[in-house]
Amino acid sequence: MRIGLIVNPFAGLGGAVGLKGTDGPDTVAEAMRRGAQAKAGARARLALTRLADRVPGAAITLAAGALGQNWAADLDLDATIIASPTVTGTARDTKEAVRAMGPLDVIAFAGGDGTARDVASVANGAALLGIPCGVKMHSGVFAVSPHSAGAMLADLMTSPDRVSWLDGAEVMDIDEAALRNGILAPRLYGLARIPVSRNLMQAAKGGPRQDAASALSSAAQGIVADMDEQTLYIIGPGTSAGAVMTAAGHTATPLGVDAMLNRALVAQDADDATLKGLAEGRDVRVILGVTGQQGFLLGRGNQQIGPALIAKAGRNGLIILATEDKLSALARPRLLVDTGDPDLDAELEGFVRVSTGANREMMMRIASG
Amino acid sequence: MTRIPEFRAAKWNEPVVMEMGRPGARGQLFPAPEEEVTQAVGTNLIPGAMARKDSAKLPEITEFEAQRHYLHLSQMTLGMMGISLFGTCTMKYNSKTAEYATLRPELAEVHPYQHPDTLQGVLEIIHDFDGILRSLSGMDQFIFQAGGGADAAYTMTAVARAYWQDRGMLGQRTEMVTSMQAHPCNPATAAAAGFKVVNLPLEENGYPSLDALKAAVSEKTALIMINNPDDMGIYNPEIKEWVKVAKEAGALCFYDHANFNGVMGKLSARELGFDACMFMLHKTFGAPKAGGGPAVGAYGCTDALAPYLPCPVVVKDGDRYVLDEDRPKSAGKVREFWGNIPQVVKAYAWSRAMGADGINLASDISVVANNYMDKKLAEIPGLEISNPSINAHRMEMTRWSLGPLTEETGVSTVDFANRMADYGIDPYWMSHEPWIVAEPFTPEAGELWSKEDIDTWIGVIAQIAEEARIDPEMVKTAPHNQAIAQVKGDAFEDPAKWAMTWRAYQRKILGENKAKGVA
Repeated sequence: MRIGLIVNPFAGLGGAVGLKGTDGPDTVAEAMRRGAQAKAGARARLALTRLADRVPGAAITLAAGALGQNWAADLDLDATIIASPTVTGTARDTKEAVRAMGPLDVIAFAGGDGTARDVASVANGAALLGIPCGVKMHSGVFAVSPHSAGAMLADLMTSPDRVSWLDGAEVMDIDEAALRNGILAPRLYGLARIPVSRNLMQAAKGGPRQDAASALSSAAQGIVADMDEQTLYIIGPGTSAGAVMTAAGHTATPLGVDAMLNRALVAQDADDATLKGLAEGRDVRVILGVTGQQGFLLGRGNQQIGPALIAKAGRNGLIILATEDKLSALARPRLLVDTGDPDLDAELEGFVRVSTGANREMMMRIASG
Repeated sequence: MTRIPEFRAAKWNEPVVMEMGRPGARGQLFPAPEEEVTQAVGTNLIPGAMARKDSAKLPEITEFEAQRHYLHLSQMTLGMMGISLFGTCTMKYNSKTAEYATLRPELAEVHPYQHPDTLQGVLEIIHDFDGILRSLSGMDQFIFQAGGGADAAYTMTAVARAYWQDRGMLGQRTEMVTSMQAHPCNPATAAAAGFKVVNLPLEENGYPSLDALKAAVSEKTALIMINNPDDMGIYNPEIKEWVKVAKEAGALCFYDHANFNGVMGKLSARELGFDACMFMLHKTFGAPKAGGGPAVGAYGCTDALAPYLPCPVVVKDGDRYVLDEDRPKSAGKVREFWGNIPQVVKAYAWSRAMGADGINLASDISVVANNYMDKKLAEIPGLEISNPSINAHRMEMTRWSLGPLTEETGVSTVDFANRMADYGIDPYWMSHEPWIVAEPFTPEAGELWSKEDIDTWIGVIAQIAEEARIDPEMVKTAPHNQAIAQVKGDAFEDPAKWAMTWRAYQRKILGENKAKGVA
């Protein structure tokens, strides 16, 4: 198991000084000027400390200097240091350091959504393990705490049978320029592989269990079977919503939005205007997935599925898919929406039924993000 | 200072009985019949068509060897007599007096096909025990056909189906509403009966919310099925409102009384508004639960639902007890005959021995013991109570988490349970699925164990938590003092790897008898 770790030393800087994120060198400079303290390194050290306590002498690849090495000083680790270019405070640092580390099975990173996105773009098949420290953490790739990230690294090295792998964890990021203007518009930038702790079942009362993919698949089959004629079904991004496309015999666009009418594919990787055109004079339902841990409804506002379409569908026109495991693991038992229209967000608040399997639903409360 | 038990299980490396012995060995040698006997009864006592052509493939061993073998096997178990705070299962001592009662010929040698006139004694016990459960629940009729708690939940779904069908509304009332913390048998049996399952999550305060219930129920709701206290020992303070909301939507309300121990004698399902409930005689009522059976889920309901009960129902007609089979609206059988009647007799014996006051006191003791246990467990670093924000005392059991210890040491709740067996303590119950608490375990102190026993149990937990920090690898590779080492649960997911009978072993593992294709 080749494991690398990289720190984005500037992640989380903006939060303490009211900047809502730290993407780009100008923002970093502004954050520093306002007296921000970098925390990512210290949080990476918490994770590395737990790893060294659990697995003394653990072999790990670290980026040089402030991007990794510095935070492992004096810890009992067998660290391979990979020199990386000068720290510039830009996304280039992260990407180049990851590339320089060569082929890895797991890339642990200390940062937020921006770092996740940068790492994912050069991961080359490696799994992601986020040490949470950014301001924005909409992505489903983060451990619950730096300690639990360290514990996961230790499990990967000593008890790989206790770890299972989940493909399709959401790498989300928001347009920070828009955010500073008061518009929260996270979007799905990619899907990553992540390690997850495997619940080892108690054999006494246990039995074969349904895995996430088959639960989603059977939920999706039910949704397709119940589809009304002449209603436009808009299928949001991500693997959960995409299961409906698969169930109907179509190929889903993983990061984009598709649409079906009478179970036929009528739009692929569509934009808001196209979907609005198709929705003209018809009922609309919107099929959405949920992001891991944060519980954001994918594919909403300001993007392909604009507020008008969501308003047209209404809360009862949202068809949401997620496994019970995913819903149970949410940080808060809430589904978050941000359509870009605060009034619409308020209208959507309340309970919805989430399809979790064949003939199986979970009531979940929608709250505005 | 609590004494930590020192224990080492016997470990006999002998083969299974089918592989033991030698040709010609016998348990007993019977003399040939005397001449006059043969003359009196003949020689061909077994009709030719019924006589087997080959000899049975039984192990050829002496009686002494058979006794020794089974003694050895029993030495390699924990014997179901240890300190087992096995949550959700309400472990109790199973009285030998009750056991002997069921061995009496009046019960052991009767058959349900006998004429009811010859079964009056057992029918009377069933009828009287029905009365005891009525007084504990407020229901109007109990049956004992279900072979366990899940089977009783299934009885509810079958009764609900019949109830709605009778009203021509089965096509409309298609949904069953339950909570994430109800026992999984509730959604499972509702699904088996064809209902759509609507689950309610736990909200931030640790309870499923009334708001979620209100949003879930409608004219489509056939029934709701809930546990209270739930599987984490938490009593839902809004239970009356829950029933009210469900009733206003027209739904039937089923109270899964799996976790009855902490409230027995204290509340009545009927008074809370429920239409039906279920008790597990092999848990709460002192009948043995052994290794998975035989069990009884006693299902009780109101007069409004009684016409739909599976048949037969034991009723009193004058001074006679009769088996009422003439119930045209019955949902049909969920199991053959009347159920596991010896278990009913043992539960009846337990109830009569306890009396109403004793039952009431037992529930008090179980809650006090559990809260004592909680306080002591809270003193062990690395353990965390579930839903710490709920400050109400837990009832008869509590869901705990080893999450902090697991993060620190890598020792999981499964490892922990395995290590318990090294101290001669039965591994604890973890949690039903899905695990919404990290690395869960769910102890239930109960009214059986002394304070010393509970202290011993907690002492072992504290000891293992300490071991996890000092030598995690030793804990992860436990058990070390047991007859067998770790059982790899994965094997149970692959039918090719397990065999429940010798014949299945021969077929699957040894590759014999494949042509016969029988398990």
